[in-house]
Amino acid sequence: MRIILVFTLLLWAQVGKGQQRFFVDKALVTFFSDGVIEDIAAENNNVTSIFDAGQGEIAYLMNIKDFQFEKKLMQVHFNEKYMESEKYPKASFQGKIVGFNNTISGVQNIKAVGKLTIHGVTRDVELPGTAEMKNNQLLLKSKFTVKLLDYNIKVPQIVWQNIAQQVEVTVDFNYRPL
Amino acid sequence: MKKLFLLLLLPTISFAQDDLLKELEKQDQNTDYTIATFKGTRLVNGHSVETKNGGTLEFIFAHRFGKLNEGLYEMYGLDQAYVRLGLDYGITDNLSVSIGRNSADKIMDGYLKYKLLRQSSGERSFPFTMTLLGGTAYSISPKRGNEPEGFKTVDRLAYTAQALIARKFTPSLSLQIMPTYIHKNAVDQSREKNDQLAIGIGGRIKLTRSVALTSEYYYRLDPPDNDLFEAGSKRYNSLGFGIDIETGGHVFQIVLTNTSSLTERTFITETKGDFFGGDIHLGFNVTRTFQLKKKDAK
Repeated sequence: MRIILVFTLLLWAQVGKGQQRFFVDKALVTFFSDGVIEDIAAENNNVTSIFDAGQGEIAYLMNIKDFQFEKKLMQVHFNEKYMESEKYPKASFQGKIVGFNNTISGVQNIKAVGKLTIHGVTRDVELPGTAEMKNNQLLLKSKFTVKLLDYNIKVPQIVWQNIAQQVEVTVDFNYRPL
Repeated sequence: MKKLFLLLLLPTISFAQDDLLKELEKQDQNTDYTIATFKGTRLVNGHSVETKNGGTLEFIFAHRFGKLNEGLYEMYGLDQAYVRLGLDYGITDNLSVSIGRNSADKIMDGYLKYKLLRQSSGERSFPFTMTLLGGTAYSISPKRGNEPEGFKTVDRLAYTAQALIARKFTPSLSLQIMPTYIHKNAVDQSREKNDQLAIGIGGRIKLTRSVALTSEYYYRLDPPDNDLFEAGSKRYNSLGFGIDIETGGHVFQIVLTNTSSLTERTFITETKGDFFGGDIHLGFNVTRTFQLKKKDAK
């Protein structure tokens, strides 16, 4: 009986360890693209993410319509014509963080390996980034390039000068422990 | 005891299946507001539920040629042109104002347009968008000093009130109905009433991402028995079809309609053309949008 109890307690301890989870619900994702005529930039500060440090697993999710542009008309076109956000309302990433050690302080180089879904297209990607533990909070940053064609995002020829064929995405997550 | 043991095990089991993305999706309870029910603030001749976003200014150059059935002498209508130059400005995302000058009957018009309800899905779901429109039209014709006996300045004014109700059924199909009330300060009482009611229906079908077909019809609910514009010339309900082509900050609309006017008082209650008799005006609405105010920095 005692053995069983000890065993159960051990399992509970495991649960505790598995629960080293971090969460953020107002995280920032921005993108930038320099076109010939005008630069295109937008930000979404309504991104949610969970990071399970025990398993090294990470996921983040955003609504395409939450991207804010300086020019409202551009925002409408972005949603209606390019991202088709009525059909594909969300973009997400799900995968694993490689190279993170939460006992080390200071900035560490990490990699996120997993599946990136944009515009209904899911691709295996490897995203570079950094992680830093700071006052019990976890900062994850990443910057990567998304090619529009990879995600079947078509730019009409008539405005092709306006829109570059790739955009630079910046991810800035400031997690708190869950 | 065994049961207790299983109970204690429960948390470990529930954490074993670990789909973080599904957890995020469960939490995500957003209200998704429908955007771009129509491409422009005008359907064909009249207004759509769309308002300009806060801080954006739209210049509208709208233009109707003469009638196609006027023959070669009038170059099938191309020799004549009626123009409305207008500006629409979004005070907020839901409230906009517009002013314009219409060469048909020399009318100055002004509108206030307020998006009262928005179609949405998700947490708070609502089936349609409703925009209220109030408009005033001031006829500059007849010329001052040339007025008929007893004509007062207030006789130049007419008012329009509309409830524009639209639903975007699919990304490519939107339909709109427009109950309309028009008051004209001065009318020929033997041929029409001061207060007139009409109901409009309209819609758009998107053909490609940038091209859409639009149409609009206003049915007058209580035309008088003697429904003549002047002796021998009938009044018709206005009907129009358009093709919207959108490129960047421009929307081009190519329209075919039986009216030459672009102000509600005239195209709803004073349309002279018989569409199916060939009284069709070719026309264009060309808009250019300018972002005047940048969004506030956070």
